[in-house]
Amino acid sequence: MKAFSQLLDRLTYTPARNAKLMLMRNYFLATPDPDRGYALAALTNGLPISFPLRRVLTEIGASRFDPELFRMSRDDVGDTAETVALIWPVTEAGGDAPRLSEIVAALSKAGRGGHAALLTQWLDRLDATGRWALLKFLGGAPRVGVSARLAKQAVADAFGKSVDDIEELWHGVAPPYTELFAWLEQKAGRPPLAATPIFRPLMLAHPLEEADWQAMNLDDFAAEWKWDGIRIQVAAKGGATRLFSRTGDDIGQSFPELVDQFKFDAVLDGELLVVRNGEVAPFSDLQQRLNRKTVTRAMLTKYPVHVRFYDALEIGGEDLRGLPFTDRRGRLEKWRRQFGPAHSDLSEVLSFASKEELKSRWEATREEGIEGLMLKRRTSPYLAGRPKGHWYKWKRAALTADCVLLYAQKGSGKRSSFYSDYTFGAWTEKDGQAVLVPVGKAYSGFTDEELVQLDRFVRQNTIDRFGPVRSVTPKLVLEIAFDAIQPSTRHKSGIAMRFPRVSRIRWDKPANEADTLETLKGLMSAAG
Amino acid sequence: MASPPFESWLRPGPSGLYCAPGDFFIDPAGPAPRAVITHGHSDHARAGHAAVLATAETLAIMRLRLGELGQAQALAYGEPLTVKDVTVTLVPAGHILGSAQIVIDYRGQRAVISGDYKRRADPTCDPFELVPCDLFVTEATFGLPVYRHEPDWAEVQKLLASLADFPERTHQIGVYGLGKCQRLIKLIRQAGYDRPIWLHGALRSMTDYYVSRGIDLGDVPNAADAPGKLAGEIVLSPPSALGDRWSRRFADPLSGFASGWMRIRGRVRQRGVELPLIISDHCDWPELIRTVTGTGAREVWVTHGREEALVHELSKRQIVARALRLVGREDDAE
Repeated sequence: MKAFSQLLDRLTYTPARNAKLMLMRNYFLATPDPDRGYALAALTNGLPISFPLRRVLTEIGASRFDPELFRMSRDDVGDTAETVALIWPVTEAGGDAPRLSEIVAALSKAGRGGHAALLTQWLDRLDATGRWALLKFLGGAPRVGVSARLAKQAVADAFGKSVDDIEELWHGVAPPYTELFAWLEQKAGRPPLAATPIFRPLMLAHPLEEADWQAMNLDDFAAEWKWDGIRIQVAAKGGATRLFSRTGDDIGQSFPELVDQFKFDAVLDGELLVVRNGEVAPFSDLQQRLNRKTVTRAMLTKYPVHVRFYDALEIGGEDLRGLPFTDRRGRLEKWRRQFGPAHSDLSEVLSFASKEELKSRWEATREEGIEGLMLKRRTSPYLAGRPKGHWYKWKRAALTADCVLLYAQKGSGKRSSFYSDYTFGAWTEKDGQAVLVPVGKAYSGFTDEELVQLDRFVRQNTIDRFGPVRSVTPKLVLEIAFDAIQPSTRHKSGIAMRFPRVSRIRWDKPANEADTLETLKGLMSAAG
Repeated sequence: MASPPFESWLRPGPSGLYCAPGDFFIDPAGPAPRAVITHGHSDHARAGHAAVLATAETLAIMRLRLGELGQAQALAYGEPLTVKDVTVTLVPAGHILGSAQIVIDYRGQRAVISGDYKRRADPTCDPFELVPCDLFVTEATFGLPVYRHEPDWAEVQKLLASLADFPERTHQIGVYGLGKCQRLIKLIRQAGYDRPIWLHGALRSMTDYYVSRGIDLGDVPNAADAPGKLAGEIVLSPPSALGDRWSRRFADPLSGFASGWMRIRGRVRQRGVELPLIISDHCDWPELIRTVTGTGAREVWVTHGREEALVHELSKRQIVARALRLVGREDDAE
């Protein structure tokens, strides 16, 4: 537990990805089984325990702490679990810190009534960091800025494997992953690929650059629409069906209607969309269905989901990934004719006569409410990762608006001394006065040199500070490029921008000539 | 015969505590005719007093910070001095070099105004001495049971471990310029680290003063004179220079902060600190309780900090306690 609590502690304070990887790598190399496996489970949200943390803390708290002091402390600290970890009295009768495996074993045997006693004696045996880490561990998701994928990457790095090797095995192994580590340490053979369907690492696309387009011989490429949903891999085998996100998280729980319908033997790649009467609904509709543990009947009807397949990795137990795209597409179409389940269809392969024609179709994407085009090399096998020269995404041209810089905040890592995060606003009328209302936030799009200029502007024009945030004289116009504008109930302006970035700094433009909120709202319908 | 209430001769007011029978203020918030100063931090030692009484070290620190003082009188620890109708004695407070508790004896009653103080060992100043008294005036900067400082050596080990893990990064640690800076350097030296420890210019004069008082801090050059980007080296700066333009000269700076506040994760995040070091020049909660009860005082006044919780706790222990809420004390500067 000591090593684990130090790991969690340092991860929370370490922003850089490589540094996080190093910390995890060292931990997985130095920590014995089965504890490191339970740590890995915690970092990948796969811990096989459930602990009613809130209830137990309330129960313990009432008997252990002066309620007044606890309330004041809670107000100061801002987090109940952390307050408990810090306020917990140091006792002499502690004993050694519990091991993660001991905690998991004890919980699997404990009844509902035993939780408080167990937690109490563990807390007695730990230091402040240990108590905090234990409460994080028992609370489920530790939220230390590590994705499941990054934790797997660290395991792979530690033992000289590729993360894709881990992904391929992942759903066939279970906490504490003893056989996985035994294989990684070359003490045992590779664990058998699971009977349950597993995640296959995805093939990703590069943004299309002008030079790529110039050099491209279109006979070598197939084109499809770029769909504005989320990437999904459907892996089904022997009556079991799993839906994976692009990072390999199993998201089937949120989409029971798909899991029920998709009974086949194949691993397919596609886009998850909300589709009503054959029409793709805006992305914001799909968002209503994401990250839900339980799904109501009303949600199923209101936001009907659908998968638009575009590739096949495996059909009938046969691995197709080595075949060229054209052959895989042929197999996918054949499969579709044979099995084609409800809630699904295929992404159309577009036919076009010339580059000019394709370009004009791309230019029309915004009008048609489509995100852009995908160009896939006909001879490419299905390659994990983002290999160069195979798949291209050609997003529709961005929209732009002139907005006024209102607030700035420092970035992190290499940008920690620069005001690099900008909140900008558009004009609107309030009580007969023109006022600026914040409409978005951007962190990118500028060069290093422009960043230095923007940083200087912020420092020289600060009018107020709220903690880390500086408010500046509203006089600098930023041309903001963005993909779309959506209605939003969470923002005061009533709109939300997708993928905003700074496209130009308009040192020349007076602030009163910046765009109005009305203009931005007008782009909403046009953008689809 | 019942003793007169303490307020009859020691009066809390907007500009600080005033001792009527001695006719002097203690750590007044603004210029006063006669001031007794506990220690040299700017929220206690202010400019413009006509006459000042303090330890020689506190007076020297005040001169470095404020320039010439008015009429200044140095008083050594443990030497009683009669000031009009009271006797004043200065006793080590263990907070920073020269810091003192002010012991006032008046008609058989004893009040101790402790200023800021801590109980754990500090290699750069005399240790706190517990003085039994009737009235104890205390701070409560960390007056909540969530504040328990870790052992200093463990925090310094965190810094050294981070240097080993990230030898390509400059370790820039924010420190309060008077006291914390010099103590941290000494603690790092005690852990066996003998490379140069580089200083921001704002830390120079106080550090030189500590050295002149015989506190060996090893090689402490100016960071501004460094030949390269100081990868893998320790740089100390005021907290305000963390993650700011000054730090751009360094190699991918990793920012640390040595403060009792680093116990709370929200505060660490808020400051964007990667390496929190829980090192404080104030008492933590158990030390506050132990000290206040150890003096045997029947009444306790709390000057600043989290007074509410301390007053609550003392009341449970049948000790008369009240919050003074003195203005001008900056507990966040710790």
